[in-house]
Amino acid sequence: MGNIFGFSISPSSTVNLDNVDFTLFDRLHELEPDAWKCMSCGSCGATCPAGNFSGMSLRKVLHNLQRGKEKEAVKMLQNCMLCGKCSIVCPRGINTRHLILSICKLYKED
Amino acid sequence: MIYQGKQKIWADYQKEIPDDHWFYVRSCIRQNFFPGAERMFLEICRNVLGKDFYETEHHTTCGGIAYHCDTIPQETVMTIVARQFALMTEAGYENYVASCITSFGNYLEILETWHEFPELETRIRELLWKACRREFKKPKYIAHASDLIYKYRNEIAEKAKFRLVNRRTGEPLKVVEHIGCHYSKMFPSKGVGGAEYPYVLCGMIESWGGSVIDYPERRHCCGYGFRQYHVKANRGYSISNTHKKFESMEPYHPDMIITNCPGCPYFMDRWQYVIAEMEGKTYGQNGYGIPVFTYEEVAGLVLGYDPWDLGLQLHQVAVEPLLDKMGIEYSPEDKYKGLNKKDLMRPELPGVLKCC
Amino acid sequence: MKDNIVIVGGGIAGMEAARQLLRMGLNPIIVEKSDHLGGHVARWHRLFPDMTPASELVGGLIEATGQANIFLNTEISFMNRLKDSYNIMLSNGVSVIAKVVLITTGFSVFDASKKEEYGYGVYDQVMTNSDLEQWFNNGNDSRIDGTEINAVGFVHCVGSRDEKARNSQCSKVCCITAVKQAIEMKQKFPDAAVYCFYMDLRMFGKKYEDFYISAQRDYGIRFIRGRVSEVSENIDGRVIVKAEDTLAGKPVKVTLDLLVLMSGMVCNRDCSSIAGMISLQTDSDGFFKSRDNISDIICSSREGIYYAGACTGPKTVPETLAEARSAALEIFSYINRA
Repeated sequence: MGNIFGFSISPSSTVNLDNVDFTLFDRLHELEPDAWKCMSCGSCGATCPAGNFSGMSLRKVLHNLQRGKEKEAVKMLQNCMLCGKCSIVCPRGINTRHLILSICKLYKED
Repeated sequence: MIYQGKQKIWADYQKEIPDDHWFYVRSCIRQNFFPGAERMFLEICRNVLGKDFYETEHHTTCGGIAYHCDTIPQETVMTIVARQFALMTEAGYENYVASCITSFGNYLEILETWHEFPELETRIRELLWKACRREFKKPKYIAHASDLIYKYRNEIAEKAKFRLVNRRTGEPLKVVEHIGCHYSKMFPSKGVGGAEYPYVLCGMIESWGGSVIDYPERRHCCGYGFRQYHVKANRGYSISNTHKKFESMEPYHPDMIITNCPGCPYFMDRWQYVIAEMEGKTYGQNGYGIPVFTYEEVAGLVLGYDPWDLGLQLHQVAVEPLLDKMGIEYSPEDKYKGLNKKDLMRPELPGVLKCC
Repeated sequence: MKDNIVIVGGGIAGMEAARQLLRMGLNPIIVEKSDHLGGHVARWHRLFPDMTPASELVGGLIEATGQANIFLNTEISFMNRLKDSYNIMLSNGVSVIAKVVLITTGFSVFDASKKEEYGYGVYDQVMTNSDLEQWFNNGNDSRIDGTEINAVGFVHCVGSRDEKARNSQCSKVCCITAVKQAIEMKQKFPDAAVYCFYMDLRMFGKKYEDFYISAQRDYGIRFIRGRVSEVSENIDGRVIVKAEDTLAGKPVKVTLDLLVLMSGMVCNRDCSSIAGMISLQTDSDGFFKSRDNISDIICSSREGIYYAGACTGPKTVPETLAEARSAALEIFSYINRA
């Protein structure tokens, strides 16, 4: 059925949490309990040397994972160089290195 | 759902609606979309209930569509509205009733703006005088036409020949009510029942025997949204909103939809055809759509007027399944006959959405 | 003869003050409008951040104030200033001449049904923080019993920081209460997803931040920054909540089996009538106005009239108790001075 109208029904931009599968994130939380500990202060993204060029922000990576946007998260994480600056600034003392490596381990790209 | 909780809110939002002597202004677009609706309103108010409703051929658009499409400045809309008020004043009326929801909202918004910026009112009075040598008094009461039918709902119920009841099963019909955004969202206290749980249409449905469906996207816009539709590039937004509403109401299997806005019934009716073409999906029983009505059309049906005199043949979604449920007799051959049985010719039937 | 000290309100502020005044050998009279002592705290289950049972605190205070004169189910009908004391007529017909009046009328819980968009009293599965505490206490609420609880949401700032609800003040305790209740619900329903919808998290008190971190780290409570805009009910009676996830800049929605509204503290309805009797000032938020908000929070602008607790604004339990002690001390020196 071709669309003769010149416009179409666009998908909603609303994040529907009912449809988010938390299985992987729950496993991440087991591996690294600090996965839920971020309070979104943004220090990591502000200090990230890759952030200026690639938009990399560990806050956003975690947030995307928590909203079921795993592809975006994993793609963003490819910009991480594991320099450790985020772990220096994190006020919650999150072991960002362990967190990032745990994410990489669990959320492998197909 | 706790019905008493809604009743409590409804009791908080009751407004004074004078019983008689109204200056009536029509909508720009309703006569094209639903040609019987406004005629039926006057028929019921004047001839069935014997009230005084005055209208004049001199009234124009309120400018609301252009205002909401951002194509004319606010002073222009205000001057147009000031002229309407002048017509009311000249005719000797104080109660102003609008057929259109957006006009209703427009009038309230302008009066509120003049209240907050009196210098603007002075300026508009000057502009009106310069433009057409007219002067006006502000209306004492402004109502939407659905407020009046709400007020007269029980009198209509007493005279009813049909009820919103499935004749075969005896069950109340399941009715979706949809309120135009400009009815009470801007000024909750100006709408019967407020903005979150408006009662104006629920009251009619209850009085005429139906049961009201409260579905998750009830408060959502019909999809018209002026700029969403009138700018062709935005039409996807328009239909996406309508689609969202239908997806949300689908599990409740509504028998019909009643609206009190010019745009809402149009878009909820016509977009069902477009959704059917795009998605292959229909929302009524057996491939039909969910019939969409204006409250005046429903009042007319309840009072026993002929469906084709009410202009129901201009609906996209076939109304016949609903007429059958209510036990209303109609002549299929006369559907596309005009005055004096003049043949109006038959429209082409759509491919997916089943129509009669 | 000992001077009378009338304490208006038998909540924790009134009782703590009475306890201290008795210790000082003074004569407090507690006038309580309801049929029980302990006010709001008496209906609470556990108190943050150490999960102390509220009944321990209230029970201890009731025991300690046994020697005071206590009038339950009694209101102030009338009060006027005499030369150096106050003439008070109670609704039970008793009249008292008091040297000092201590106002401990506390707060009222915001009526959540006023936020119509949240559907309290309209949608079956919507309750308030107080309702939930009562369920913790007596385990009897049709919204929870017999419902499979897979997802619970908490809405912060209901009627607080809300000029449309005519309460621009922060109620102070709701953030930490939501965190506490979220943890308690997670303990009761370990497999349920628990969401907190907040604008800010105001974790100002001792151990509050630890509590919040624990809610995140140990309990996996999902915090979403965004105020709930609208609640609706779906066909199976669950509620659908819409908000903006402001950290992502995207709308978010979720279907919940239970929604808990964190109703805030608003000024007690009796505030204005009591203030009117003896020309006390109330503040723009409707609470009693202290002589000074820093150095004289427990003093009114009138001689012999003192305040303690949430009658001057939202307070936590320890703040309330501290003010009650401080007021008792102030009253002690006032009586000895006079």
